[in-house]
Amino acid sequence: MTAVLSTHGLLARYGDFQALYGVDIELHQGEAVALIGANGAGKSTLLRSIMGLLPVGREMVLLHGEPVGGTATDRMVQKGVAIVPEGRRLFTGMSVEDNLRVAIDQAARMGAKGGWTLPRLHQLFPILKEKARTQVQSLSGGQQQMVAIGRALLCQPRVLLCDEISLGLAPKVIREIYAALPEIRATGTAMIVVEQDVGLARTATDRLYCMLEGRVTLTGRSAEITREQIGKAYFGAGHGVV
Amino acid sequence: MEWFDALVQGVLLGGMYAQYALGMALMFGVMRIVNISHGDLVILLSLIGISIATAWGLGPLPVLIVLVPLAVLMGWVLQKAVLNRVVGSDPLPSLIATFGLSIALQNLMLQIWSANSRSLPGHGIESQSIEIGGIYVGLLPLIVLAVATGLTGGLDLTLKRTRFGRALRAASADVEAAAMTGINPRAVYAMATAAAVGILGFAAVFQALRSTVAPADGPAQLIYAFEAVIIGGMGTVWGAFVGSMVLGISQAIGFRIDPGFGVLAGHIVFLVVLATRPQGLFGKALS
Repeated sequence: MTAVLSTHGLLARYGDFQALYGVDIELHQGEAVALIGANGAGKSTLLRSIMGLLPVGREMVLLHGEPVGGTATDRMVQKGVAIVPEGRRLFTGMSVEDNLRVAIDQAARMGAKGGWTLPRLHQLFPILKEKARTQVQSLSGGQQQMVAIGRALLCQPRVLLCDEISLGLAPKVIREIYAALPEIRATGTAMIVVEQDVGLARTATDRLYCMLEGRVTLTGRSAEITREQIGKAYFGAGHGVV
Repeated sequence: MEWFDALVQGVLLGGMYAQYALGMALMFGVMRIVNISHGDLVILLSLIGISIATAWGLGPLPVLIVLVPLAVLMGWVLQKAVLNRVVGSDPLPSLIATFGLSIALQNLMLQIWSANSRSLPGHGIESQSIEIGGIYVGLLPLIVLAVATGLTGGLDLTLKRTRFGRALRAASADVEAAAMTGINPRAVYAMATAAAVGILGFAAVFQALRSTVAPADGPAQLIYAFEAVIIGGMGTVWGAFVGSMVLGISQAIGFRIDPGFGVLAGHIVFLVVLATRPQGLFGKALS
């Protein structure tokens, strides 16, 4: 079975600083994969490279087998890859509904097909209906995160990249947001989830990749990998148990 | 009564400035580009309009109908060919590029039209006036004000209600996040500049009707547009409109005090706003 999305020897750099050293990952249809690792391991860089936000070689990223590395971000969205970016990156000064409408507009422009509509999103996150006319900057962090996820879903993605969607949120809100992931997966959308909380990452995904200093140090089924293995991969050799 | 008259004249003058300021506010708001060649584009369009009117014997309205689409096309080409290469988080490259363009346009215009002042024949419209409550108001300034109000309202509604407007606001708020939502920033930028220069097509016709234009007049128009936008608050459409009114009224009252003081009065009000409320009357303070 060919992967929906895969990277092959992915290299990425910020100026003189090399951030990724040959990363290979695979994502299959309907699968959820966690990307864990310490700060600076290259998790966000990996997602940004896939999204065309960093210059990478054409053959380093394949989407349904087609080389797409370095494709412009808006073209990647058109090809069915959407991202919930780190820090949420909502359009400030615009209402919740207008933030979501931007994605609806563009999906309509590009003729993207998918099952996500505003009413369906309101079922998933009812608060978004209630706050439709509120400016996004006056929402709570959790509500903002829901807008960011909603905006990405309305792009009708077949692959959804989620970057630190639990960062800075209260445990109750995190549970609420993660509770929505199974429903998103049920639509056949494959997901890569960057997550700091290893326990959360393991329960929400099928497989995981652990990264350290720009390389993948461990991969396997989320349920089967032991804490010891993760501890070693997370902190590097010489470290034992978490 | 004399001062009330000055106020009316100021508002009418503000209508002209608003037509300059809207495009500048739009370009700054969306791309953070301060287009130094803004005034030169008005003059270029005016001169083209005058040449069209002379060559084909057209009145002001047909000239407007020809000139606005031409201006839209010019704006689109300007963005595609020049500004998309220099737009970015650093405002300096676009500043230098448009400064260079300004000089190039002025010299090009001198080459084609010589340094003579010209104006657009208005077939009498420029000298007609109507009486409103004891004050005689020029018909042309009234049309200018009405068009300026219409353009401001239209642009505001476009930004709020249309797909294009939402894409513009999204790109203005966070261009990278806009791309992540499927927006092609360069395509949106090209349409923004097309709209901004398209509005200058209106300004060009009215400028050439109410006054004379010469190739070196651009920088003065740029200053008025810039001042109006700063007074109103960078990047807001109605702010630019109100800023234009404040500038127009300041100049009109200044002229009434002393004919040599008019333009200076506008500059002083601009400096006072810049010193006491740098975000402009309608701008939000930076937190």
